[in-house]
Amino acid sequence: MASGGPATYFVTVIWPAALRLTHSESLRYKAARTLRTTVISVQHVSKTFRSGGTVTAALQDVSLEVAEGEIFGVIGQSGAGKSTLIRAVNLLERPDSGTVTVDGDQLTALSPADLRRARRKIGMVFQHFNLLAGRTVRGNVELGLEIIGVDGDARRRRALEILDLVGLADKAGAYPAELSGGQKQRVGIARALAGSPKVLLSDEATSALDPETTRSILDLVKTINTDLGLTVLLITHEMDVVKRICDSAALIEGGRIVEQGRIVSLISTAGSRLAHELFPLGAVPSLPGDTVIDITFSGGSADRPVIAQLARTYGLDVSILGAAIETIGGNQAGRTRLALPGSAAGNAAPISDLRSQGMLVEIVGE
Amino acid sequence: MLLDPSLPQFWSDLVQVLLIGTGQTLYMVGISLLITIIVGLPLGIVLVGTEPGGLFESPFGSRRLGRVVNRVLDFVVNLGRSVPFIILMVALIPFTRLVVGTFIGPTAAIVPLAVVAIPFFARMVEIAIKEVDTGLIEAAESLGATRWQIVSKVLVPEALSPMILGLSTTVTSIINFSAMVGTVAGGGLGDVAVRYGYQRYSTIHMVAVIIVIFVIVMVLQGLATMLAKRFAHRSRPTRAEKTAPALRASAVTGA
Repeated sequence: MASGGPATYFVTVIWPAALRLTHSESLRYKAARTLRTTVISVQHVSKTFRSGGTVTAALQDVSLEVAEGEIFGVIGQSGAGKSTLIRAVNLLERPDSGTVTVDGDQLTALSPADLRRARRKIGMVFQHFNLLAGRTVRGNVELGLEIIGVDGDARRRRALEILDLVGLADKAGAYPAELSGGQKQRVGIARALAGSPKVLLSDEATSALDPETTRSILDLVKTINTDLGLTVLLITHEMDVVKRICDSAALIEGGRIVEQGRIVSLISTAGSRLAHELFPLGAVPSLPGDTVIDITFSGGSADRPVIAQLARTYGLDVSILGAAIETIGGNQAGRTRLALPGSAAGNAAPISDLRSQGMLVEIVGE
Repeated sequence: MLLDPSLPQFWSDLVQVLLIGTGQTLYMVGISLLITIIVGLPLGIVLVGTEPGGLFESPFGSRRLGRVVNRVLDFVVNLGRSVPFIILMVALIPFTRLVVGTFIGPTAAIVPLAVVAIPFFARMVEIAIKEVDTGLIEAAESLGATRWQIVSKVLVPEALSPMILGLSTTVTSIINFSAMVGTVAGGGLGDVAVRYGYQRYSTIHMVAVIIVIFVIVMVLQGLATMLAKRFAHRSRPTRAEKTAPALRASAVTGA
C-alpha cells in the first residue's frame, strides 16, 4: 500500500468507506425500497366505448401505482369507470392508449401467448364469483392449475392446501350450487390463489354479499395480504371496504382519478375528499357568530386531550358538533367538528396552536 | 298377397321383420347421430365464436375472416334447415352415390340423415353455448387460458346439460326422418310400416312399428333427461341419482 499514490488511496479506502452504510441504515434503506417497489403500474390509460351512436369515455388518462404488499382500493360510484379500470389491469379490457405494467411485464406490449403467461401472475376475483357450475369446489380451484399444466396429483394437493387456507377444506367435493354466497367467494379467492399469483385483483368481490359475510371476506383478503405478501388491487363502491383493509386508495369519477395516495397521508391532507368520505360529518351547520372547524387527528395526536387543553388555555366555550373515529391501518384516526365562538380571525391563535401540534385544521364555516 | 294373422308363421315373421327393421333404424340413427355430433358440435362452437365479440371473432388476426365465416356458416345452416327433407334427400342422391357408392339401403340413408341433422344440432349447440355466462369465459381468461382451453374446459362442459337435451331433440327428428328415408331408399322401421302396414293392409304391423318407435324415442328421451340432470348440478347430485331410475321406469311402462 505504501507505494500507492493518492488515487489508489481514494479507490481502495475512501470510496468503500463512503459506500459502506451502517447496518441499521442499510436495513432501513431495504425496508423503504421494499415498500416502494411498484407492482402494478397503470400509465395514462384511456378507454372509450362505442355502442350505436353513443360514445362513452370510460377511462380518461388514468394513472396509478400500486406498491408491493399493499392493498389498494379504487372507490367510485357505478359508471365511474372503476370496473373498466380493474379489467384493464389484466387486459380483459384492452385500453385504447396507455400502458399497463404488472410485476415488470408491460402487458400492453406482450404477444397473446406472453400475455396468457403473464396473466398467471395475476389472480382475479369477481363480484358474481364466476364459478363453473359443473365442477366441484376442488375442480374449480384446479381450473387454473390445469390451464398451467400442473399434473393431477400435484393439482389435487395444491387445491386442498388452498381450500384449507380459505377455510373450505370440508367443501372440496361440493358443487357451487350447494354453497352460500360467502362460500362461493371463498372458492373464487382460492381459484385465484391456486396458481401463486403476485397480485390479486378484486372486482367488487363483496358487493353481492351481506354485511357480515362482507366483513369475513375482507378479513380473509387482509390475511392473505399479510401472510402471503400478496399485493391487492380492489375496486368497490363501499367506503367501508377501504376503511377496513386498504393501505392506499384512489377516488375515481367520470373516468378520471380525482385523488389517490396512502390513506395515512390522505387523512392529513387538507380538503381531501377521500378523508371526508372516511369520516363523514355531514353538512356544516350554519352558526352565526361561531367558527366551525374540522380537526383531523392521526397517529400520536389521537389520544391527547386536545379539546380540554383548548378550553383551558384559551378560555373558549368549545362545542363539539360531530366526531368520527376509525381505526385505519392499525392506527387510530379521527375527525372532530368543533364550534368556536367568534370569527375565524379572532380564533387565529388557538387554530395555529392546534396546527403546531401536528393536527390538520380546516375552517369549514364562520 | 294379404297377410293373415291366423297363419302360424305370421307372428314369427312379424317379430323377424320388426327385429331387422329396428336394427336397421338403430344403425342409421346411430351412425348419423355420431356424424352429427362430430360435425355439429364444432360447427355450433364456431357459429357462436365468430360472432362479434366472440372467442374466434378474428381468426388468424383477421376480423373480416371471422365475419365472413360467421355469415357463410349461418347461411348454410339456415339453408340446411329450411329445405324440406324429402326434397333434400332426393337432391342429395348424386352426393350420396359419390360417398357411399349407392343411394339405396340403410348405409346410403345415413348421408341425408346426417346432412339434415348437422345444422339442426349446430343451432342447438349455438343456443346452449350462448347461455354460458360470459363471466366464466373471463374467469378462464384471467387464469391465462388459451381459446382451446376455454372451449374444452369452460364452454362445452358448462353447456353440456342443454346440449344433451338438444341432442335428444335431434335424435327424435333423425328417427322421424329415418322413417321417411326408408320409404325411398329402403330399410328400417319406416320401410316395414309402408311395405307391410300400408301396401299389404296389415294393421298389426303398423301398430307394432309405431309402438317400437315410440319406445325407442321414450327411452332415449328419458336417458337424455337423466344425463342432462346429472350434468346440470343445479340440485344435489344425490337427488338426481334418486329421480333418474324412476324416470327410466316410467318411460318403459309408459310405452
